[in-house]
Amino acid sequence: MSEGSGGRAAFRYKTAELAVAGFFIVLGLIVIFDSVRLGARWGSDGPQPGYFPFYVALIICIASGITFIRGLLIPREKNGTFVEREQLTLVLSVLVPSAVYVGLVGWLGIYVPSALFVALFMRWLGKYPWWKVALVSIGNSVVFFLIFEVWFLVPLPKGPLEAFLGID
Amino acid sequence: MIDDLQSLMHGFVVVLTLKNLALMMVGVILGVIIGVLPGLGGANGVAILLPLTFSMAQTPGGQTSAIILLSCIYWGALFGGAITSILFNIPGEPWSVATTFDGYPLAQKGRAGAALTASFTSSFFGALVAVLVISFLAPVVANFALEFGPPEFFAVYLLTFCAFIGMSKESPFKTISSMMLGFALAAVGTDPVTGTLRLTFGFTSLLTGFDFLVAVIGLFGIGEILLTLEEGLAFKGTSAKINLKVVLETWKELPRYWLTSLRSAAVGCFMGIVPGGATPASFMSYGVARRFSKDGDKFGTGVVEGVVAPETAAHAAGTSALLPMITLGVPGSPTAAVLLGGLLIWGLQPGPLLFVEQKDFVWGLIASMYLGNIAGLIVVLTCVPLFAAILRIPFSVIAPIIIVICAIGAYTVHNANFDIYMMVVFGVAGYMFKKLSYPLAPLVLAIVLGDSAEASFRQAMLVSQGDMRVFFSNSLVGTLTGLALLLLFWPLISWLIRRLR
Repeated sequence: MSEGSGGRAAFRYKTAELAVAGFFIVLGLIVIFDSVRLGARWGSDGPQPGYFPFYVALIICIASGITFIRGLLIPREKNGTFVEREQLTLVLSVLVPSAVYVGLVGWLGIYVPSALFVALFMRWLGKYPWWKVALVSIGNSVVFFLIFEVWFLVPLPKGPLEAFLGID
Repeated sequence: MIDDLQSLMHGFVVVLTLKNLALMMVGVILGVIIGVLPGLGGANGVAILLPLTFSMAQTPGGQTSAIILLSCIYWGALFGGAITSILFNIPGEPWSVATTFDGYPLAQKGRAGAALTASFTSSFFGALVAVLVISFLAPVVANFALEFGPPEFFAVYLLTFCAFIGMSKESPFKTISSMMLGFALAAVGTDPVTGTLRLTFGFTSLLTGFDFLVAVIGLFGIGEILLTLEEGLAFKGTSAKINLKVVLETWKELPRYWLTSLRSAAVGCFMGIVPGGATPASFMSYGVARRFSKDGDKFGTGVVEGVVAPETAAHAAGTSALLPMITLGVPGSPTAAVLLGGLLIWGLQPGPLLFVEQKDFVWGLIASMYLGNIAGLIVVLTCVPLFAAILRIPFSVIAPIIIVICAIGAYTVHNANFDIYMMVVFGVAGYMFKKLSYPLAPLVLAIVLGDSAEASFRQAMLVSQGDMRVFFSNSLVGTLTGLALLLLFWPLISWLIRRLR
């Protein structure tokens, strides 16, 4: 990607490679654990419920183990930047609000957090004047309400505001 | 043969209603918009819009209308990816990466119109070849597949997945990890054979398992947005105008590349049916064209032929990926997998019986492929400036709206908040996997096909009393299994061959 193109590295390639391969191995071990609990052998009536997942997880562990070892063997000079600091900041500045937004949906319904979410971005990253922010963010939620609830009759999660307005 | 032609004509009659034609235009326009926007692509665009078809599919004939809408979104997305590649040097879709090699230099030389015309026209040509292949091959394959039992079906699944390992450019171990993760995710929930709960660890949200639609929206949607963000918040691109003169001039030039077109279409159809997918097909076809072309050394500096080759192949592959989907129930690409999911939700069982029991639906779909691509060509040729303008909407406005759309799409799959949380998790995974070149397509296909693959494997094992030789018990299943194993070990074999040299 952008190897050696200025910017300090937040993570190097090797770290990321090892972390993901390690994640796969842990996941594989969890699956193996549960499959053995269910029975991963050959029962009287054919394979037991854990049979298929057990081998799937075993293959995950072997394949990711090889990726892990290959990751360890990455020589220093080939260990380029995985993500630069500025890049990571940008990514996190979207990811963290997204996670908060998603958390709020369960509590406030989808329309209010969506408006807040769009408003946050426009004001914070886009530096738009407030009237534009209000127009786009509220307009966006209204349009989605019309498309989903009114035209296509697909109910979306709603919260206290919708209950207050009596459109729940 | 004559029967098929008659069925196809009947299909056209089904499609040629005002409502279906209107849906076709809506689908194509939506599809192009989806293809142009970062973070929304064929697979997750169709996944997000799938819930909108639920009520539509309940009406008589509605299933055909629904598939027309969704498949036209797919055609639109295939066309749309090229616009961003050529004008902005940003591939809107993975399969249009190869289009940037010559498309963007052409645009910089001021020949953006020619590049766009060439790309749209060759996309159309590629799709047309693939639809012709589907029209004549699909009934044959379906008829053949009527005889399939569990071992044959498992062998087809095995072939599908081994093809990913054999054809992938990525590390085979990463492909295997990614694919097996998909199988593990598919296994969460109820065991398809005995009904036992697996891998739920007492969480009620996990009872229904992971839905691949949520995975698709997270991996391709959120993951793609995060990747795009790294490049900064603004898009810089050239503007484009297409007028009739440019179109006609380019069309005059195109017949010169007939051999490249035909070759690319053949590569595309092959890669689409054997699930290699549109992306490797476009790269492969670009490479082949460069090697065989007279102007091979000029490739990369902005030659029209370098746009024709990948676009023809990508569209041919994207279209022909539907052939195994409708005939065998085995999708050849993530988007085909999403369409397959749609069929299941509308109450249709994809597979050979579809050609017997749902003639209207199947032939309506095939007829709509012809018409949808014509509609797509007209729409993109006339509306390019409009679509390019979408990319000038600042990222700080469009990015949160796309994330909201993704969240709505994830929620509507099962009306569960849990799915929205999973979408974000899959988004982070998609970002990491993409950066470390873990392929995503096998992961998605494994989630889709996991349960069916496992069920057919276990049924085959039950019939044979656990004897693995059932997968070599007749010439058909033996050939399929043999091919699968050849593809599985292909990375090893090719490594050995290179070593011996």
